[in-house]
Amino acid sequence: MAIPTGNLKDRLFERATALFAGIVLALALLLFALLVRESLPALKKFGFSFITGTTWDPVAETFGALPFIYGTLVTSTIALLIAVPLSVGAAVFINDFAPPWLKGPVSFLAELLAAIPSVIYGLWGIFVLVPLLRDHFMKPVTRVFGWIPLFKGPVYGPSMLAAGVLLAIMVVPFILSVSREVMATVPQRQKEAVLSLGGTRWEMIRIVIGQHCIPGIFGATILGLGRAIGETMAVTMLIGNRPDILLSIFQPGYSMAAVIANEFTEATGDLYLSSLIAVGLVLFLITFAVNLAARWILTRLVAHASRGI
Amino acid sequence: METVNSPILKITELSAWFGANQVLRNIAMNIERNTVTSIMGPSGCGKSTFIRCLNRMHDLTPGFRLSGGIVYDGTDIYSDPIDPVALRRKVGMVFQQPNPFPRMSIFENVAVGLRLNGKNMPKSELAGRVEQSLRMAALWNEAKDHLSRPGTSLSGGQQQRLCIARALAVEPGILLMDEPCSALDPVSTGKIEELIEELGERLTIIVVTHNMQQAARISDFVAFFLMGDLVELDRSAKIFTNPSDKRTEEYITGRFG
Ligand SMILES: Nc1ncnc2c1ncn2[C@@H]1O[C@H](COP(=O)(O)OP(=O)(O)OP(=O)(O)O)[C@@H](O)[C@H]1O
Ligand SMILES: [Mg+2]
Repeated sequence: MAIPTGNLKDRLFERATALFAGIVLALALLLFALLVRESLPALKKFGFSFITGTTWDPVAETFGALPFIYGTLVTSTIALLIAVPLSVGAAVFINDFAPPWLKGPVSFLAELLAAIPSVIYGLWGIFVLVPLLRDHFMKPVTRVFGWIPLFKGPVYGPSMLAAGVLLAIMVVPFILSVSREVMATVPQRQKEAVLSLGGTRWEMIRIVIGQHCIPGIFGATILGLGRAIGETMAVTMLIGNRPDILLSIFQPGYSMAAVIANEFTEATGDLYLSSLIAVGLVLFLITFAVNLAARWILTRLVAHASRGI
Repeated sequence: METVNSPILKITELSAWFGANQVLRNIAMNIERNTVTSIMGPSGCGKSTFIRCLNRMHDLTPGFRLSGGIVYDGTDIYSDPIDPVALRRKVGMVFQQPNPFPRMSIFENVAVGLRLNGKNMPKSELAGRVEQSLRMAALWNEAKDHLSRPGTSLSGGQQQRLCIARALAVEPGILLMDEPCSALDPVSTGKIEELIEELGERLTIIVVTHNMQQAARISDFVAFFLMGDLVELDRSAKIFTNPSDKRTEEYITGRFG
């Protein structure tokens, strides 16, 4: 044989890792199959209107999941609208402006945020964030801009906005750390190219981010989106749990993860249970698609970066 | 403003440190207008550090410190009212590795400097400046038909000329080049050398190079650095035929370095 193929240990190790990978894949497929099987009764009964239906009424056994899909998308969107600029700004600050002694502590604290259990975020949200938003943001805003449907009263406190803001705080660590890594890969000579042409520091940051970091930040955003969509506890505690589609972000709503967590133990009828599992299936598919997109964008980024410059 | 015949740069007692490490020692030299000066010397002797002092590229380097004077057209560039951003438009720079912006077209790469600082010139004027800069960088004929292609689609040597065009577009009085050919093949190197000779008629060029033949071909003056000291600065012909300092002679005859 021309090229030795490695010793027995290496081959065993390779087999073992392949086995583990196979197990993980099989588990995912099994989970998916289970979700599909269990949600079949609901999907058969309601068909496509399970996704487009706006009524969720366990007593009448009518189940439409749109309010939850809506609530999930609205809260996640609010979260990203806040978290992305915040994270990118913080990443720029830490990488380019913070004095060296501040860099460590700031990024350590930001990463610590990721380790806090979400139920703690939920408690903090109920006792601190909700009153704060209600009295100092939602109330004054409704008074002036209440005529805009997005900000219509009455204000209770628990709302899609509150849940979205809390989600934003929860996803910042993830978007921040990926953004920082992406910005740190920008070659020094690209930054110096801007400076050497008489660019200011801000122009340097703007051009370099535009030239090198947009795909990475986009990937980070999708990663954050994946987390925001699936987050259960903190959202359940803040969103108000009302299965209605309301335009105003000051109003309560409901999310897919929240409705499953809240109603699973009390779901009596078979159709009710099956409908909740079908919500889970929708959530699974959306999260899966989002993560796939993120993976795809990030691999493209790597390919781009390795092309040099 | 001084007369045309006075030196464009007057450097006096320039010393520089990275932290506690002194990298340049009491450098004094004058650079004449519209000449090409080569900076030579063994690796690590401070050549890059020196030319990066001239456009204040070290301003953001933590721990960098400098003393002495660098007077450009009668103004000390490190004095208080001088804005380093404005200075860098007057003192352009070309780097060792071609570094065009990867998501900009050839056109945009040349125009980018003209669009900085909120400046906005009419489209036709911009196009004129881009063409003029590409012509000066001897890239116009090769690039004129694909100005909208990415700058990175060019070959290495073309990319380096693109970077020269980009630097020329903001119309600097001095162009600093740090080993502009060291990443290029011999043919591309030849083109850049020709270009440097031509450009030297209209602006002042200071170029760091390790290549003695290159220095002899392109420069009017050669400065020889050794461990942070300026050993000798003289006409290129003199340096290569009859250097005054023994260390210069040892270096050019290849006995060390
Ligand atoms: N950013 C920096 N921080 C600390 N020390 C530095 C820095 N840049 C350069 N130095 C040090 O300064 C000295 C001179 O470096 P410089 O890059 O100016 O040398 P050079 O003559 O350009 O060398 P080469 O021919 O290899 O490019 C070296 O000892 C180097 O280690
Ligand atoms: Mg160098």
